[in-house]
Amino acid sequence: MVRPIAFLGAAVCALALAAPVSAAEVTGAGSSFVYPLMSRWSADYNAATGTRVNYASVGSGAGIAQIKAGTVDFGASDKPLPSEDLAAAGLAQFPVVIGGVVPVVHLDGVSPGQLHLDGPTLARIFLGDITMWNDAAITALNPGVKLPAEAISVVHRSDGSGTTFNFANFLAKVSPEWKSKVGEGTSISWPLGVGGKGNEGVANYVKQINNSIGYVELEYAIKTGMTFTSMKNHAGNWVQPNLDSFAAGAASANWAGAKDFNLVITDAPGAQAWPITASVFVIVYKQPKDAARSKEMFTFFRWALEKGQGQAKELNYVSLPAELVKQIEKYWAAEVH
Amino acid sequence: MTTGAPAATLSLDEVDPRTSARIARETRQDWIFRWLLFAAATLVLVLLGAAALSMLAGGRLAFQTFGWNFLWSDVWDPVGKTFGAFVPIYGTLVSSAIAMIIAIPVSFGIALFLTEIAPTWMRGPVGAAIELLAGIPSIIYGMWGLFSFAPFMAANVLPWVRTHLAGIPGIGALFQGPPLGIGMLTAGIVLGIMVIPFISSVMRDVFRTVPASLKESSYALGSTTWEVVWNVVLPYTRSAVLGGIFLGLGRALGETMAVTFVLGNSHQLNISLLMPGNSIAAAIANEFTEADSEVYLSSLIALAFLLFVVTFIVLAIARLMLRNLARKEGN
Repeated sequence: MVRPIAFLGAAVCALALAAPVSAAEVTGAGSSFVYPLMSRWSADYNAATGTRVNYASVGSGAGIAQIKAGTVDFGASDKPLPSEDLAAAGLAQFPVVIGGVVPVVHLDGVSPGQLHLDGPTLARIFLGDITMWNDAAITALNPGVKLPAEAISVVHRSDGSGTTFNFANFLAKVSPEWKSKVGEGTSISWPLGVGGKGNEGVANYVKQINNSIGYVELEYAIKTGMTFTSMKNHAGNWVQPNLDSFAAGAASANWAGAKDFNLVITDAPGAQAWPITASVFVIVYKQPKDAARSKEMFTFFRWALEKGQGQAKELNYVSLPAELVKQIEKYWAAEVH
Repeated sequence: MTTGAPAATLSLDEVDPRTSARIARETRQDWIFRWLLFAAATLVLVLLGAAALSMLAGGRLAFQTFGWNFLWSDVWDPVGKTFGAFVPIYGTLVSSAIAMIIAIPVSFGIALFLTEIAPTWMRGPVGAAIELLAGIPSIIYGMWGLFSFAPFMAANVLPWVRTHLAGIPGIGALFQGPPLGIGMLTAGIVLGIMVIPFISSVMRDVFRTVPASLKESSYALGSTTWEVVWNVVLPYTRSAVLGGIFLGLGRALGETMAVTFVLGNSHQLNISLLMPGNSIAAAIANEFTEADSEVYLSSLIALAFLLFVVTFIVLAIARLMLRNLARKEGN
């Protein structure tokens, strides 16, 4: 299973190795969701220490393929790998940052946060079960909101993506029908709708198609001023998508009980938790070929987790809770040699 | 021939040794040149064969798993790991067909205008403009399609199409569904606009090769411009015109980025042209980086192989048509 992207990664590495070894260097590849933060961390860390961290935004799947092929020092994925897979390939993983997925709608006269949806209703819309905006299931959740008697246009991602994985994972947790008919994954078989490429593709389709609904990362919803929805969370409370509700989701997840941090934190139990909270995982070798590079890499991640919260907040990401950071550092000490 | 003593060239038996050395050298050069040309031509065949074989090898797992079903199954389920290529193949053929319906007449008009009707001062600038259009990257067409053309279609064109065409028995089924602005029809029109420069510049170049004496004879006999074009210019250039059309068609079949933006990338089979669909190239571009199982990746490579086969069949049909035309002309 060799991909052009792996060749590209190999070429990049070869170039990196050929360069004079004046400063330490670390390379990574994967999730495009974490790319803005990685490049910001990398620039600030380089300014502070002189170590260069090169991160290629190639997608989570390609990131996993590259770390397995050994062409990069770390891979980043929006979807955790199961412990057996990690063990088989001699890999370890840990979360680095929290984000979230937000349903967005295009309904004239409805302002951001005004439309209220719960998980099962959202699943029925994306299953094609609820087809009209004035369906009783939606109006019951939204007394006082004027909903049109128009058909719902569903918009989803056309490319495989961690955003889709977390969204589908949440729907599978709250809707048995979704779980049996569609399931979860970075690419899934959508029962209906239009596919947009990337967050920007979905955002554009939702903006252009009247009476549509889609899902994007919070950053895109905020940046492009889209009409996001309120969601009912596991505890039964209505929450708005923002950094506080994402942080509440991350904090209430049971990290301590998850081996290799293999935990998807959607549908978290916290009272104020956003139900589609997501985390980005970094995947590394337990026994790296180049110990010096590996050491540089862990110094970088330690810095990012302990001192990089400011940059994360600026870019609409949520930093990991302090307790989780401690747990991760313990995991490094125990697992990575 | 020789710069040496003229007497030496008179008899073949007494060739000047300098001349014979030169003949030997030139023969050798000629031989090397011939082999270089041969290698260049062979390289194309080798590349073609290697590309086809490696795609076939990459798609082997998909062909083995799904068999012939891969061709006509419309299921594309990455979670259940079941894949069928029917929807992308259908989308590729239909969007290219729409593109051709638009591009052929328009290109024909552009080329005729430029060679037969336009005032001389206009020919240069308009011709240059067409070549510039051909140089615009396809992603620019895609972004224009998404940001400007799709909303225009949704607001102005599709409502009219739905009220006037959807009711017609038979073809009405092609024009049903909500006016999303994103779908097969929009993709086909954007594709058509993209291939117009290619087809029209080939047509213009070949129309120019028609000898003026032929056209003037026809005019002298009292033909109108249209009669000259239909009875003289087109028959004279027929095979080259078809070649230009198939060049454009080949490009439309393989176009990726522009189509991805406006086609809607949906794996459900829809007869309506207003609904989103998928094409082979768009499916590969969308899904390759995150294809997370062996059979998924293999299915995408198998799709690439099928695109190769589809293009090959289309070009073969073009060759057959050309041969038939040539035979008719012979009669």
